[in-house]
Amino acid sequence: MSVEQYEILPITAEEDLVRVRRATRVLCIKLGFNLVEQTKMITAASELARNTLVFGGGGEVQIQVLLEPGCAGLRLIFEDNGPGIPNIELAMKDGYTTGNGLGLGLSGSKRLVNEFDISSQIGKGTRVSITRWKSNIT
Amino acid sequence: MDRIPILRMGAFLLVTIQVDMHDRLAETLQEDLAERVVSDEARGVLIDISSLEIVDSFIGRMLGRIAMISATLDARTVVVGMRPAVAITLVELGIPLEGILTALDVEKGMEMLEKSLDQWD
Ligand SMILES: Nc1ncnc2c1ncn2[C@@H]1O[C@H](COP(=O)(O)OP(=O)(O)O)[C@@H](O)[C@H]1O
Ligand SMILES: [Mg+2]
Repeated sequence: MSVEQYEILPITAEEDLVRVRRATRVLCIKLGFNLVEQTKMITAASELARNTLVFGGGGEVQIQVLLEPGCAGLRLIFEDNGPGIPNIELAMKDGYTTGNGLGLGLSGSKRLVNEFDISSQIGKGTRVSITRWKSNIT
Repeated sequence: MDRIPILRMGAFLLVTIQVDMHDRLAETLQEDLAERVVSDEARGVLIDISSLEIVDSFIGRMLGRIAMISATLDARTVVVGMRPAVAITLVELGIPLEGILTALDVEKGMEMLEKSLDQWD
């Protein structure tokens, strides 16, 4: 598998969420994702970018294009150096929130992508990686 | 642009969301609408989201809150023009839009509000 590091975007202000959504959209189109695939990926990106900003106290997203024989993927890796998540299993439950959200960002975005990885260390930060694949063989 | 315009159409208010809103803008809209429902004595609110490429949990929650606040102020809310891909994504995300009336376009949304007025008066 070849990984192309496409870009790294900062997530330190609300305006950055708009930028992350826009950059995700551009790449989804480039990779030939259909409208539903695009919408799911951008929505997941929006959820995770907001978590990075609100709960992680800011961070960044790495945008990668993955190439494998016969398919291409878009991977977004959100990272922050915030307080971390004490109980990931709990945080992944529908409706769980320590803020005033709907508690659907983590659990919901997992449903919107093909691969979802989360790791977190208390006091160190949180890293969430999502990937959506597009088959080139149609 | 730091405010989303609210237009008056008879007894109703029409909001067309044309930009990818940042969160503060969405919150301002919520407050502005509440004030306008009262000052215009509006009986209904139409929110046109046909330009929105995505509705995430933040915007979903905002739409739900607008509907709740308006209902408290004696006005119905209809969300119009949701794109099919957005609807599919919302369901998968798990956002409950149960309390929210939806219509395909502004015209159908207006009809819906007018009917609800007839029923009430
Ligand atoms: N990057 C992060 N850093 C620290 N805590 C996080 C992070 N992302 C999510 N969380 C925790 O997980 C909870 C659930 O997140 P989410 O499913 O997005 O729901 P919501 O954003 O509505 O609270 C959050 O309320 C928060 O406690
Ligand atoms: Mg969230």
